[in-house]
Amino acid sequence: MAETYVGKRVKRTEDPRLIKGLAHYVDDIRLPDTLHVVFVRSIYAHARIDGIDFSDALKVPGVVAVYTGRDIAEKIGPVPCAAALPDLKVPDYRVLATDKVFFVGHPIAAIVATDKYAARDAVDLISINYEELPAVVDVEAAAGGAVIHESFGNNIAYTLTSGEGDIEAAMQSADRIVSQKMVHQRLAPIAMEPRGVLARYFPGEEELTVWSSTQIPHLLRTQLALMIGIPENKLRVITPEVGGGFGSKLNVYAEEALLGWISMQLGKPVKWIESRRENVAATIHGRAQVGTIEVGVKNDGTITGLRYNVVADLGAYHQLLTPAIPTLTGLMLSGAYRIPAIQMNVTGVFTNKMSTDAYRGAGRPEATYVVERAMDVIAAELKMDPVDVRRKNFPKASEFPFHTATGLDYDSGDYDAALDKALDLSGYQKLRDEQKQARTAGKIMGIGLSSYVEICALGPSQAMPAGGWESATVRIEPTGTVTILTGASPHGQGQETSFAQIAADELGVNLNDVTVIHGDTGVVQYGIGTFGSRATAVGGTAVFIAIQKLKEKAEKIAAHMLQCEASAISFEAGKYCRQTAAAAGAGTSEPVVPVGEAPAGALPEPQTEGRSSLTIQEIALAAHIAKEIPPDTEPGLSATYFFEPKNFTFPFGTHVCVVEIDKDTGEIKIVRYVAVDDCGKVINPLLVDGQVHGGIVQSIGQALYEEVVYDEQGQLVTGELMDYAVPKASQLPWFETDRTETPSPVNPLGVKGVGEAGTIGATPAIVNAIVDALSPYGVKHLDMPVRPEAVWRIIANN
Amino acid sequence: MKQAISMNVNGVDHAAEVEPRLLLVHYLRDTLALTGTHVGCETSICGACTVLLDGQAVKSCTVLAVQADGGNITTIEGLGVNGNLHPVQEGFWEQHGLQCGYCTPGMIMASAQLIDRNPNPSREEIRHGLDGNLCRCTGYQHIVEAVEYAAKKASA
Repeated sequence: MAETYVGKRVKRTEDPRLIKGLAHYVDDIRLPDTLHVVFVRSIYAHARIDGIDFSDALKVPGVVAVYTGRDIAEKIGPVPCAAALPDLKVPDYRVLATDKVFFVGHPIAAIVATDKYAARDAVDLISINYEELPAVVDVEAAAGGAVIHESFGNNIAYTLTSGEGDIEAAMQSADRIVSQKMVHQRLAPIAMEPRGVLARYFPGEEELTVWSSTQIPHLLRTQLALMIGIPENKLRVITPEVGGGFGSKLNVYAEEALLGWISMQLGKPVKWIESRRENVAATIHGRAQVGTIEVGVKNDGTITGLRYNVVADLGAYHQLLTPAIPTLTGLMLSGAYRIPAIQMNVTGVFTNKMSTDAYRGAGRPEATYVVERAMDVIAAELKMDPVDVRRKNFPKASEFPFHTATGLDYDSGDYDAALDKALDLSGYQKLRDEQKQARTAGKIMGIGLSSYVEICALGPSQAMPAGGWESATVRIEPTGTVTILTGASPHGQGQETSFAQIAADELGVNLNDVTVIHGDTGVVQYGIGTFGSRATAVGGTAVFIAIQKLKEKAEKIAAHMLQCEASAISFEAGKYCRQTAAAAGAGTSEPVVPVGEAPAGALPEPQTEGRSSLTIQEIALAAHIAKEIPPDTEPGLSATYFFEPKNFTFPFGTHVCVVEIDKDTGEIKIVRYVAVDDCGKVINPLLVDGQVHGGIVQSIGQALYEEVVYDEQGQLVTGELMDYAVPKASQLPWFETDRTETPSPVNPLGVKGVGEAGTIGATPAIVNAIVDALSPYGVKHLDMPVRPEAVWRIIANN
Repeated sequence: MKQAISMNVNGVDHAAEVEPRLLLVHYLRDTLALTGTHVGCETSICGACTVLLDGQAVKSCTVLAVQADGGNITTIEGLGVNGNLHPVQEGFWEQHGLQCGYCTPGMIMASAQLIDRNPNPSREEIRHGLDGNLCRCTGYQHIVEAVEYAAKKASA
C-alpha cells in the first residue's frame, strides 16, 4: 500500500534549515548598501514635547538622516485599527509622536545611518525637551483620570453590553449569587525573535519590497499601501522565517510603514531590528482586564445566569484589533456550560501604556479563567466537588450544535468524555485521597481542574473585521513535484509539514515531493494569515478543496488519455486507473522525471499505449505538454480555492493540575499536569503535542511568573528579560497529554485548531489548584501571578 | 581605534580589524555572515546567541569580539561534521524540539556542551543545564526529549 501521512507523527520538513542555522529571519537577509534605522523613544509615559534638537546627532559619522514626527506627520497615514465597535473612539495614531507622547517607548524620531552602532551613538545626542504630564496607570481609575486624548473629554474608548437572555430574571431565579473580582495582569508576548523590518525601494521600477516579521503578509501589504500611499500592486511584503508571534505580529506597526517610507525617500534598503527593550515597551501586550464575575446558581449547582462587569486596559492607542479583544471574552463566557442568560458589560479605557491586543488566546483566556475560577468558587460555597459542578452544567454530546447565550453555536463536543479521560489519567479520586493524607501530615497540596471550550478557526467573514476565509493554490509541476501556495503564514506551527501531509495523501505522492510556500505576496495569492488557531482548519481546508478541484481536472485528462469515460476512472494511491485495472493502484506516485536527472532535450511525453493506469504526475506532465488533453480543457494542472468557513470551531478539553506548596518559602511546585484536549481530527499528533505543551507553559507563565509592570508614573519596570519572567525549563512539570477526538462538522477535514488551547485551558487549572491547596487557610481566590511572597504571607499569618 | 583580531571559526581562520566595542555576535553575523547565531535579548538571559568559545558555551551578545581574539569558535553552522547532523541536531529534529526555530541554534549549542560534560544526563539535569536558554514555543518537554535522544545516540 502507498504510504499515508495524515494522523501520523511525521517529523517536520522545515526543520533541517532551522537546526543547521541556515534559515533566514529578517535580520539574516543582507542586502548591499543597507542603511540601519534606530528609534528614539519616549522615556516618559505622558509628556508634551516642547522641542527636539538633533543637530548633534546629524554630525555623527555615518548618520544619513533623522526624521521626527512633525517632519512627516502628514506624509504617512495613521496606524490602523480594524475593529469596528459602536461609538468607538479612535485616536489619531501617527507613526512618530508629534506634540505629545503617550507611553514609554512611544517612537519620537528615527535615525538612519550606514552602521547600526553609529545610529545608536546618535540616539544619545538627540535632545528632547519634555514637559511631563500626569500619567494614567491604574486601570480602574483610568476613566476618571487625567485625559489622555483631549478631544475625547475622558479616557473611555467604548462601553459595550453583550449577551442573550433575561439576565435579571435569571439572577433572581438563583438560590444564591456567587461573585468574585479577578485581575488579568498585563502580559508581554515575547516572541523569541523580536520584530524586524527590511525595506528596499527600486526608484526605477517604483517597486517597494518590505520584509517583515509578521503573521499577516497580505493584510499588512494592503494597510501599508494605504499608509505610505503606494499602489498595492507595487508593494510586495515578504515574511521570511518568523521567530514566533503569539499574536504580537498579527498587527500593523508604525515601524513597518516608516521603514517602507524611508526607503522610498532614500532609494536604499533600510533595516530596523527591534531590541528586546523595545519589544517589551512597544510591541503589543495582552490580557489586562479587571472584572467581577457574578454567577446565579441553584443549591444543586445548576447555573441560572452569569454577568461579567469588566474594565479593559487598552493602552494609549488602538493597534489593529485592540478594542475587539474584550469582545472575544464576551463571546466565550458560556464556557463549557449551559447558561440560560449571560451579560457582559465592558468598558475599554485608555491608559498611558503600550496598546493591548491579541496575545495567544486573545480575550478567550480571560473568559475561560473567570468562568473556570467561578466554577470552583461555586463548588466551595456549595461544598460540592468541582467535578460535579462542572458535569452538572455540561451540555450533553447529543445537544450539539449547542446554542449559547453569548450568541454562538458550538459545532460539536463531548465534554463529559474529555473530563472522564482527564480524571482517569490523573487518578483524580486517588489524588483526593493523597491530598487528605498530605493535609494530615501537615503538607500543602492542591488539585485544580479546568474544563474549557475555545473559539477557533477564525472565522466566518461576517464575524471578522475583514475577511475570515483562507486561500490555497495547489499545482503539480511538469516534472511531477507538487507546489502549494497557502495564504496562511505559519511561524513555528509546522504547516509546511501538515499541509504537505494533507496533499501527499490526497494526491498519492511522496511527502518529500510537496513544497509549501507561504509569506510572499509577490508569489502567493491573497490570503489572511495565521492567528486565532485558524491555519489548519481554514487554510488546510482550502488546500484540501483546491486539491479536489485539481483532481477533477486530472480525472478528465486521465479519461481522455486512457480513452474511456470519466465514470470508468478510479483514483487510488496517486494513480488514475481504468476500473477494470484497479489492481494497478498499489504504491505511491513518483515524479515523471526524478529530481536531478535531466532528460536529454525536451520533456518526455507520457507513454499511454497499452497503459491502463497513469500516475497523477504523468497527467501533470501531459497537461503541460498539452498535446493529449481534451479539447475543452485548459492546459496546466493547478487549482486555487478560497475557503469561507460557515462557522467557527470549538475545541475543548479538561486539564488537571496538582501543586505542592512549600510552607517555609511559599514556593509553588506543579507536580502533575494532565491535559486532555479535543481539537477534532488530528493531522500530526507530534505537532499537536508541541502546541499543547507550549500553550500550557505560557499559561504557567501567567499563573506564576509573568507580569508587565508599570509604576505609578507609568515607567516600565519590567523592560527586559532580566525583569520579565519568561518560564525556564527547570520550573516546569512533565506534561501528560491525551486526546479525545470529536470531528468538527464545519470543514471536510474535521479539524478544529489547537494553537491556543493550552493558553486558554491551563491558567485556571493552575490557580484552582493553588486556591484548593490553600483553602484550609480560608483562601477563596488569589490574583495572578501568584507569587511565593503572597502565598508565604497567607501561611505565615495563619 | 580599531584593533586587530584573529580567530578560528568553524575550522576556518579569520583576521579582521574591529572596534573594541564590537560584540562577538555582530562579528559573527555581520562580518563573517554566519547568521545562524541569533540575538534574542542583548542581556545574556535568553541564550539564542550561544556559541562555543574554546569548547565552552558563551553568550556571544555579551562577549566582545576582541575578547575572543585567538580563540576557537564553533557556531551552529559548524556543529555538524562532514555534512552530517550532530546528534543534538538530529535529536531536535526527531523529537520536535523546535517550532519557530529562533532559539534553536543557541539551544542546540548549549545542549551539545551539556552532553559533552554529562554524557548521561537525567531529565532534571537537562532542564537545569538549559536554564540559560529560553524557548517560548515548545514548553521545553520535546527539547528535553531531544537531548535525551542525543545523549543516547552520542554514547552509542
